[in-house]
Amino acid sequence: MADEPTGPATAPSEVAGAAAEAQPQAELPANEGFEPEIIVFACHYCAYAAADLAGSMRLQYPTNIRMIKLPCTGKLEVIHLLRALEAGADGVYAAGCLEGECHYLKGNLWAKKRVGYVKKLLEEIGVDPGRVEMYNMSSAMGPQFAETARSFTARIRGLGPNPVRPREGFTAAEVVRRQMADVALPDDAGADSTPGS
Amino acid sequence: MDEAKPDDEVLRQTEVMARLLMPHLPGAARKLTWDEVNTGFSAEQAVAEAKRCLNCAVCSECMECVRACGPGALLHGEKDREFDVEVGAVVLATGFDLYDPGDKSEYGYGRYPNILSALEYERMLSASGPTIGEVKRPSNGEHPGKIAFIQCVGSRDQDHEYCSSVCCMFANKQAMLTIDHVPECKPDVFLMDMRAQGKGFDAFYQRAQDMGVNFIRSRPSYVKEDPESNDLLITWEDETGTLHTDRYDMVVLSAGLEPARKAQAAAGALGVALNRHGFCELHEYAPLDTSREGVYVVGPFGEPKDIPDSVAQASAAAAKVMAGLADSRGTLTVDKEYPTERDVVGVEPRVGVFVCHCGSNIAGVIDVEGVAEYALKLPGVVYANDTMYTCSSDSLTLIKDMVAEHDLNRVVVASCTPRTHEPIFQDTLREAGLNPFLFEMANIRDQASWVHRDQPEKATSKAKDLIRMSVARARMLEPLYKVDVPLTHTAVVVGGGVAGMTAAAALGDMGHEVHLIERDATLGGRVLEIDQTIKGSRPADFVAALEQRVVDNPNVKIHLAAHLEDFHGFIGNFSSVIAADDGARTPLDHGVVIVATGSQEARPELYSLGQSDKIVTGLDLEHLFASGDERLAKAGAVGFILCAGSLEEGANYCSRTCCQQSVKNAIRLKEQNPERPIYVWFKEVRTFGLFEEYYTRARELGVIFTRYDNDSKPRIVGAGTAANGKPGTPVRVAYTDPYLQRDIELALDLLVLATPTVPNDGASELSKMLKVPLQGDGFFLEAHVKLRPVDFASEGIFLCGGAHYPKSIDESVSQAYAAAGRAAAILAKPTLKAGGVVAEVDQDKCAACLTCVRICPYEVPTIDFVAKKAVIEAAACQGCGVCVSECPAKAITLHHYTDAQIFAKEEALTMEVS
Repeated sequence: MADEPTGPATAPSEVAGAAAEAQPQAELPANEGFEPEIIVFACHYCAYAAADLAGSMRLQYPTNIRMIKLPCTGKLEVIHLLRALEAGADGVYAAGCLEGECHYLKGNLWAKKRVGYVKKLLEEIGVDPGRVEMYNMSSAMGPQFAETARSFTARIRGLGPNPVRPREGFTAAEVVRRQMADVALPDDAGADSTPGS
Repeated sequence: MDEAKPDDEVLRQTEVMARLLMPHLPGAARKLTWDEVNTGFSAEQAVAEAKRCLNCAVCSECMECVRACGPGALLHGEKDREFDVEVGAVVLATGFDLYDPGDKSEYGYGRYPNILSALEYERMLSASGPTIGEVKRPSNGEHPGKIAFIQCVGSRDQDHEYCSSVCCMFANKQAMLTIDHVPECKPDVFLMDMRAQGKGFDAFYQRAQDMGVNFIRSRPSYVKEDPESNDLLITWEDETGTLHTDRYDMVVLSAGLEPARKAQAAAGALGVALNRHGFCELHEYAPLDTSREGVYVVGPFGEPKDIPDSVAQASAAAAKVMAGLADSRGTLTVDKEYPTERDVVGVEPRVGVFVCHCGSNIAGVIDVEGVAEYALKLPGVVYANDTMYTCSSDSLTLIKDMVAEHDLNRVVVASCTPRTHEPIFQDTLREAGLNPFLFEMANIRDQASWVHRDQPEKATSKAKDLIRMSVARARMLEPLYKVDVPLTHTAVVVGGGVAGMTAAAALGDMGHEVHLIERDATLGGRVLEIDQTIKGSRPADFVAALEQRVVDNPNVKIHLAAHLEDFHGFIGNFSSVIAADDGARTPLDHGVVIVATGSQEARPELYSLGQSDKIVTGLDLEHLFASGDERLAKAGAVGFILCAGSLEEGANYCSRTCCQQSVKNAIRLKEQNPERPIYVWFKEVRTFGLFEEYYTRARELGVIFTRYDNDSKPRIVGAGTAANGKPGTPVRVAYTDPYLQRDIELALDLLVLATPTVPNDGASELSKMLKVPLQGDGFFLEAHVKLRPVDFASEGIFLCGGAHYPKSIDESVSQAYAAAGRAAAILAKPTLKAGGVVAEVDQDKCAACLTCVRICPYEVPTIDFVAKKAVIEAAACQGCGVCVSECPAKAITLHHYTDAQIFAKEEALTMEVS
């Protein structure tokens, strides 16, 4: 992130456009039988509360998401997003307050910028950038929380298993290196080809 | 009696005597006579039989209950004790008695098994209730196919000339929960009016309708039972007068609220007057004050009311008491003492996991025992167990005991949301001698059992994942400590209406410095536009007295024709500028802010408003009254259209006060001239609580009330004109009478529109400056609509009056005191506690690049020019972590959210556990 400008000139509102490309993509056909593991970084004040509301409203959504609570999505670092994929998660998204309504004023806009940055990194190493995403919701938006969980799970189901997940004898970094060098991995035989390259 | 009871030893030694059989006539002797068969005991026999009695009263003290109660909560030796306590104030928070629906014998409660009171049905819907949350007919245990709710049982009748205010909403909720429990069952609700006058209530009502709840406007006069099937038959009349009889599997009676009998006795002992309904007699401008000084009433003993109003009143009573006891504040308080914290630094983590059943909320879906067994296999876990309610006091004791027994130094609770329950468990850790930050929660209810109800296996597997992730983080947790932060003991109140003035006066009375900022050149606000209240007093007199109280209070500084600017800072340490219209700018440090910016009447372009001086709004009519306008005296027929623009697109909520205002004015006009016909068209008549008696009075006086829907609104077919000094042409209104089923056209000399109440101008700008939220309709959004009605989510900022939602004078006064009470709870402390989850700079890594200085939304980081390093003041840091994420040298850590803790969670997701 050192090369990312950080001064006042990068007021997060200007960053808003940069990640606009990160719109949810057309849904791919479902990979039947594949149960994605998804990490959600939720801010305490909005998204986590929206998840609680979805619970109180007994809204049903897929069982694939696992939440990690942060005080603010402004605390979400690039390394946390990357580490989630490296650890084997098939997808990861951040859920913060609505834009302009961040409890900590602009944290969600910083998060959006970082998610956009990670998307570019993923693209460079041949991983579909759709595996990371940024969503915004207020604490009153329980139904939207459930819908986000549904649509993101469907997206990852369509993308298939995380191609860089650690495998027998290989760390995630080695998997990436081999894939970028077009060296076959042990269990690639039956799996889908690497998407997004 | 107690002394005469035998103890265990006596019981053991007591000889068991055989029961004496009563002599009776032999069978042959009974032939051909009507003589009593039992011939009775002789005197000796009766005495001998009586001596068998062990004199054990109702309870035989077999002590089985003591043995059965795990936590040992039962003490048979407890007796009433009397204490003498000297107090400076008394608060009556005695609640209400629920009406006994058995008194309405026509509904068959108590005789027919499938009729339940709303409270019994609430228990049936509850996971911890007698049926473990299953809705079933008491007669045969089957799920009901059809269920009816009957409203106003013990409300709005000859014995109860008031509305119980809350039953409509709890019936809505219960009907929706019924569909949740039994999806094919779509309840019918029999009601007169839907009293959804609270914030967000209409949206809730709409949701109930969308879910399939059927609302029927009829008050059934009786319920009959089919004795064969125990089904219930309700005969009801629709709005056109046609009779219907429907068969139901179950009927729920929405029993009303009555004044608490025991509270009435207490009020008698205290010398507090009651009103004719038996509730506490209250003044319309002082809704907490009883007839005796120093005795206050909160909640439904004053008048039936719902949770947020009761909570607001409770905080308000605290403010009243604090003002009265300002001199002796804090002299009798005792701080809770905790044991010394155990040092866990460098000690191998020993994690204890407590998995909660939450009744059946979690255990009904997730294999809780299996999850607890699994947790025990996780690295670092030395103890795991499952408990029925982990937040109950016996379970908290268990946590403390297990911390001691197993030498635990980290605790994970897998239950509900940390947003509500984390503080409870953290306190338990402190009691157990552990730092409260050595605690972690896995939310397996809101994030698993509730949302994956139909997939128990996957939900169980997810619960295991969440616990595995939590345990992994728990092992990385570090103890954290809070520090004292200085606090500015000054309040700012924005808005000089009834709410703002009351809040300022209350805080001033408590001895706190207050700055009251009003954008107009005078105090008073919108209430001055009202000529008379429903009880016949003049708000202007009340406002004048209140204004005098504020002006006379040496602690209150008044800033007229001014507004707040440049607001920044954090709880206890805000700073702003008071900008006067004349250009003067006064900088001000303050500890809290109260928003009291009020509401205003909208003037929508509906019903030809503005096209004729015979079509006016509710406030216009108040002006006509106040100015003694001749139009009123000369007017013949007068009409009122309620909800003119409310409960429809544009202002899809209830403005709460217009029904009472319109009913009041209808009565006033009728009393002025009893011959004058008065028509009121309404979508709903929401004269909740004790206002109901005015609705009754208006009808007794001959005011004609006609209901309409959004698709059957009255139409203006002639807007009417006025001629100088002459009658001019009348307003012509056409409508369809639902009872007569006929189209009717009326000529009116005056048509009054009850238009929506909307937030005051400037609310949006203020919300942006204070960084507090508005909801869709533009009113400010409190932290929690039920439990925190005057708090904002941002600490140190509070809300009261019409800025929150349209409300009457007494409600504004209650809320203003509540906001003052909440604010005073902060101002009364010498310092604030801060820190814990805050950012810290590792000075060895810091390159003083200024990134954190520039990015912090609260301008907290500074550069120490001696060390040439960044410094973050723990007291000022809000703990958002944005500087941590941006620091190019990774020199900053956000405690409690360290990289190691986050990575541990992420890596635990895919970790294999054997």
